[in-house]
Amino acid sequence: MPAALDDFLWTYQSLIASLGVNGLLALSMYVVLAIGQLSLGQAAFMGVGAYASALLSLHTGLPFPLELAAAMLIPAAFALAIGAPTLRLSGVYLALATIGLGELLRIFLIQSDFTGGALGLSGIPAKAGFTLIYGCLAAATLALMLITRSRIGRAMEAIREDETAAAVSGVDLPRYKMTALVVSAMLAGLAGALNAHASSFIGPNDYGFDAAVTILSYALLGGVGSPFGSLAGALVLTLLPEILRPLQDFRLVVNGAIIVVAVLYMPHGLIPWRPLRIGARP
Amino acid sequence: MLLQQIINGIVAGSAYALFALGFTLTFGVLKIVNLTYGFYFSAGAYLALFATLHGAPITLALPFAAIAAGFIAVFLDSALLSRLRRQQAPELASLMVTLGATLFLYTGMTALIGSEIQRFPLGLIESAPFRFNGASISLTQIAIVMTAGLLAAGLIGVLRATRTGLAMRAMAENPQAGELMGIDTGAIMRRVSFLCGAIAGASGVLIGLEHNAITPYMGETMALKGFAVIILGGLGDVGGALIAGLLIGLLEALTAGYISSIYKDAVGFLLLVLTLWARPFGLFGRASVRRA
Amino acid sequence: MSAAPLLSIKGLTLRYGGLAAIEDFDLSVTEGALDALIGPNGAGKTSLFNLISGLTRQDEGEICLGGARIDRLSPSQRARRGLARTFQNLRLFAEMTAIENVLVGMHLHVGGSLIEILTRLGRFRKAERAAVEAARELLAFVGLSPSEYAPAGSLSYGDQRRLEIARALAAKPKLLLLDEPAAGMNPAETAALRLLLEKLRAQNISMLLVEHDMSLVMRLCDTITVLNFGRKIAEGPPDAVRADPAVMEAYLGVRGAAHVRGDSA
Repeated sequence: MPAALDDFLWTYQSLIASLGVNGLLALSMYVVLAIGQLSLGQAAFMGVGAYASALLSLHTGLPFPLELAAAMLIPAAFALAIGAPTLRLSGVYLALATIGLGELLRIFLIQSDFTGGALGLSGIPAKAGFTLIYGCLAAATLALMLITRSRIGRAMEAIREDETAAAVSGVDLPRYKMTALVVSAMLAGLAGALNAHASSFIGPNDYGFDAAVTILSYALLGGVGSPFGSLAGALVLTLLPEILRPLQDFRLVVNGAIIVVAVLYMPHGLIPWRPLRIGARP
Repeated sequence: MLLQQIINGIVAGSAYALFALGFTLTFGVLKIVNLTYGFYFSAGAYLALFATLHGAPITLALPFAAIAAGFIAVFLDSALLSRLRRQQAPELASLMVTLGATLFLYTGMTALIGSEIQRFPLGLIESAPFRFNGASISLTQIAIVMTAGLLAAGLIGVLRATRTGLAMRAMAENPQAGELMGIDTGAIMRRVSFLCGAIAGASGVLIGLEHNAITPYMGETMALKGFAVIILGGLGDVGGALIAGLLIGLLEALTAGYISSIYKDAVGFLLLVLTLWARPFGLFGRASVRRA
Repeated sequence: MSAAPLLSIKGLTLRYGGLAAIEDFDLSVTEGALDALIGPNGAGKTSLFNLISGLTRQDEGEICLGGARIDRLSPSQRARRGLARTFQNLRLFAEMTAIENVLVGMHLHVGGSLIEILTRLGRFRKAERAAVEAARELLAFVGLSPSEYAPAGSLSYGDQRRLEIARALAAKPKLLLLDEPAAGMNPAETAALRLLLEKLRAQNISMLLVEHDMSLVMRLCDTITVLNFGRKIAEGPPDAVRADPAVMEAYLGVRGAAHVRGDSA
């Protein structure tokens, strides 16, 4: 490796890792928004994945892939528990229930000695390198792209536009909604585990309400027409604070303004692409 | 001991209820979960702080803060939501836009005035508590309990007995039908926004006085608790919010007293999750909710 | 009637609060029939469609399709059993193209497992191409070939109505429920719609239609059911319903009666 590149990677290693992790988080948000639902539990799912894998790393000798699997399956179980009662109801209920989940998690993490309380967990082995993080990101992007360009993606778009019309056309709403929420929880859990094993430290306040809103802003800025929109949103919003360092105090102010402007004035986001399905174009 | 726990519970519960009254009304009539509602709470507390630091007595500062918070609510509602209403955007769009605005407002406020805890000037309100049977309650606490009760009764009265209330209920049922019946829905929305903003602002002042600690994020903490209250009471149900607020307050006080204070804050959210499992339309199941 | 009815509804009741929107309602539609449901505004016609398609759940009564009860199934399960519908206030996927709207309607019939979707192997491409081909044919059938790739929301009102019918047909339904298909159409569009309905009948597709355009209903339909205040007040072939004094008085009124006799367009 050329020395200059090596230098660059060393200087910016945490930023490069965050870009990949935030990309995965943006995709996890995309999966839910793509069917017209709103989850504010992405940060909580991420936290569950992060803590589960970190505790396994610190206390057991489990192989890393198995830890990653656990970091995806445990949030998935939470998603099932939260989705079962709420997905039958109007979308507001999922949003509110996931806020509740995030707060319960935060309170639990702060109070529990096992999870290191308010201090969090440190000394997590650095098992997640760039190759793994970006490999996961590429695999998730490719899979989502292939799915959006199929009948499943078409049905998801239909649900987002008009649930009722999709249902009478034979789209199984409960199944689609639940699958989307579970997949999204798994992606967020994976992102959490990778982040924990890249940064070596995690704390209970990393996964609160503000984090959930930041993840939402990735997807809204980029647009939910295709997975690439959300990725672009994560890229911009992860780099922006680096570029606007002097504005540090106002970083989240910018995120908030972006959400407002995106919802009101650019509902299709920065990247308004629609998936290129067979037959979608002459 | 038990008496004091119950008093603490009723006071905390009344505070939750007071806050949640406007929150649930916003959903019932305007059909949105307006997350900026918590900001009006913070704004009310800071406005009253500003007024009292400039020598105003609390009897003046409280109505000033409530009215100003009401106008802030009307302004934000029209800036953020009128466009989405015109487009008949999905209800989650309004939730997201108020979410973004919330982040913007809280972080902006923190960046401008700092996050240090601020306090009302000493001697603003009689602070010696009333004592009886070994328990005590302060004047502010009594004010919170009475305001919550009177306000809930007043709101139910307005909704049931006045023309504006009738119009509000018609809109809660069906905004388009309301419009057809000759109701000026814009005017009603502005009134509801003002009323809700004023309730949030006033509760911010009272609760700020009670805790004697004002921070930018006090509204967010309260709003998170408020979700539990309005879901438990049933979205849009004013009476339900009062009872749910009291219930959560009492359960929190008893949890703190007899189990452990560290689990106190989990009570509300646990109830929220359980409610969604068992009775998604709230304890009384009569909320204005549409099934998906 | 010799064959078992395709759709049979017995004792259907729906209440809002204390008020009955539909009360003790019976109906049957035989295979291949083109029947109509008429009645004044607010009579409960759309409520009935919502009950049949599963968007609302009845308080009492049962709904059978092809002999099997469907009244506890979800809307998508009912679609799978062969039920399709259109909406009075058009519910298209506005940002998707016309052909994609039809492809969503075909959802139940497009193959390809998740593995095939992720690997692009097996039936995936073939199934998608076949679906696109079928969707093109349907658009041609309803006369929308020139607009295949136009966003549904950009189409004219009459075209949107026809696109909704194409989307419903894409599900290959046994029974098609049409909620006021001629509403808002100009005379030329209505004439085109009548031809379309006749073509569908020639293909032996059973239809139940809610419609206010009396000349369309009287000319086309086999059996007409008249609904008022959620109750059935008359039923029979057009001539009988036209002559029914109860219908004349209770529903059609003097002006409507003149309308039915053809005194006005």
